[in-house]
Amino acid sequence: MTYFIWGSIVIVTLSLIALFYRLVKGPHPSDRVVALDAIGVALICLVGLFSILVETSFYLEIILLLAILSFIGTIAFSKFIEKGDIITRDNSR
Amino acid sequence: MTILANILIIFFIVVGLVFIVVTAIGLFRLPDLYTRTHAASKSATLGVMCILIGVFLHFWLIEDHFNPAILLGVLFLFITGPVGGHIMSRSSYIAGVKPWSGTVRDDLKPEIERMKKEQGIK
Repeated sequence: MTYFIWGSIVIVTLSLIALFYRLVKGPHPSDRVVALDAIGVALICLVGLFSILVETSFYLEIILLLAILSFIGTIAFSKFIEKGDIITRDNSR
Repeated sequence: MTILANILIIFFIVVGLVFIVVTAIGLFRLPDLYTRTHAASKSATLGVMCILIGVFLHFWLIEDHFNPAILLGVLFLFITGPVGGHIMSRSSYIAGVKPWSGTVRDDLKPEIERMKKEQGIK
């Protein structure tokens, strides 16, 4: 079981490297934001597998925290890319 | 009993790993922002849900520790993953990112033009 968890961690880390390639290269800032969202998801997987490996459940609170921060970041970046501003005061849309 | 639980956990984690690798290949290879958003939102959500269900089953069946925070995380990711992908792709369409040259159909374009015309009148 330990070897299986180590192999899973290696596979998730390799896919994280592919996501970092898209984060560095992406031609438009939207590509980078999409890559950041996927990197947050892969980090959640990594935290879960690591907490199986060390057999403690103290790290599991990080999962909720990372999910909430990744979602808020995506929403803020999408508002910024759409309007050039995060908090707007007009009610036109 | 432990072997049965291990088989269940390994099944869920392997399914999740397959979807995470599919996400990475999709973000690496696909030609366009919208297809990349499609790869990143759906398959990453399903993969992380399967892996977190595997972690939950490990802590419940092997270590006798029922942890509802993981289920809450699964529910939150299930709601917010596709919503984040959709809002990102819509905002980048409004900001003017061009679709790939092989795109067959663009359903959002007449809607955006209609909205611009209404706002111009008002």
